[in-house]
Amino acid sequence: MSMLKSLMNTARRRSPWLFHANAGSCNGCDIELVTCLTPRYDVEQLGIRLEASPRHADIIVVSGPVTRTTCEALETVYGQVPNPKVVVALGSCPATCNVFAGSPTVVGPLDRILPVDVYVPGCPPRPDAIIAGIAEAAAILAGDKPRPVHNSSQTSGEGGR
Amino acid sequence: MAILRAAIQMLLFPGLVYAVSASFFMLWLQRKINARLQGRIGPPFYQPFFDFVKLLGKQPIGRPMLQGFVMTALPVAAVAAMLGAVALLPVLPSGAEFPGDLVLLVALIEVGPLLAVLGGFVSRSMWGELGAAREAVMTAVYNLPFLTALIALGWTSDLSISKLATTATWPVRFLALAAILLCLPAKLHLNPFSISSAEQEIYAGVTTEYDGPRLALWELAHGLEWVALAGLFAVLSVPLPGVADVWRILVFLAISVLVVVLLSVAAASTARLKLAQTARWFWLWGLLLAGSALGLTLAGI
Repeated sequence: MSMLKSLMNTARRRSPWLFHANAGSCNGCDIELVTCLTPRYDVEQLGIRLEASPRHADIIVVSGPVTRTTCEALETVYGQVPNPKVVVALGSCPATCNVFAGSPTVVGPLDRILPVDVYVPGCPPRPDAIIAGIAEAAAILAGDKPRPVHNSSQTSGEGGR
Repeated sequence: MAILRAAIQMLLFPGLVYAVSASFFMLWLQRKINARLQGRIGPPFYQPFFDFVKLLGKQPIGRPMLQGFVMTALPVAAVAAMLGAVALLPVLPSGAEFPGDLVLLVALIEVGPLLAVLGGFVSRSMWGELGAAREAVMTAVYNLPFLTALIALGWTSDLSISKLATTATWPVRFLALAAILLCLPAKLHLNPFSISSAEQEIYAGVTTEYDGPRLALWELAHGLEWVALAGLFAVLSVPLPGVADVWRILVFLAISVLVVVLLSVAAASTARLKLAQTARWFWLWGLLLAGSALGLTLAGI
């Protein structure tokens, strides 16, 4: 039983599939995320894949300060990803709303809406930092690292929507 | 003795054990070749296996009971059909061959795309339905030359795979195998014919709504489809009457891997065509090759 469990943890560590959600980002972080797939960084070596469907994903990568129009879509996507899952906040916007803080169309930062597990700071963050963040998220999936404590007002995300 | 050989063929080679391990190997080889040709290092050797295990460990999203049942039953049936198709390949003479087993083999291979079409529609997702509709049109497009080529090969040998592997004449075999090789990328959803699974374009096509273990089964069925089709090509391409079993197995494995390499290189170096262009390609060049093979057979050459 423990052998099966360690096999499962290894599989989770070595095969993190991403779903990228753009919550009103300026595209800077999005371009840096796609840079990770290029020959220079080649994240497929770590088993990382960018999936088109949230149903296939393990990690939700959110960029942008979370605008009013994307807020509900973000909650839907979070519900569509099967458990166990991890949320990665990509860049400064989902962490603090960055230069968009105080705007009437922004409802962020992201931790008001989803339980964020990993923050990757930067405007935009370098691909190295993004890969380090995804590796940390994979470690949380595999149980190598504890999940940060979240407050209870966020979406529980159980079941599809 | 015949029962023992049949059991070995079902469970060990080319059945269950070989089929599953080869399917992971072929999925890895395809991704690795793709990565190397793009100047990347690519996934490690165990990647498809870990992907499969990880997907099995995911907790499926709750669904209405009937839909959940159908969405589980379809990929299970696809895996079973593909395993059956691989186990039917006459790599070693087992004594269990019967006239017409080519028909059963083709039926089992065709069950896969059929279940994928059904699976896309029952998932009730717009992208799943779009992928399913494209897959349905694609089966009509590539099966015309594929089946014509197989009929040309099997015409003189009671549609028995093991017999036709030795009786087909070389001109017929050459033309028919060229037509079959042309159809393989379309059957495996590879570039330039990756229309039904068009990744990112229509999300994940048929499998868009499938999660966790259900997706793992579709991935396994796809890997087994690789093994079955590469194996079918290997069995049909080189006649080996009266050759030792070890050599039969080695030749079979070598040609299977060669087919995978060839298809992967072709996929990595081409871009996706449109459905109308694909139909024109198969109904002109595919049917030309397969039709001339059938013509030669009927003329007795």
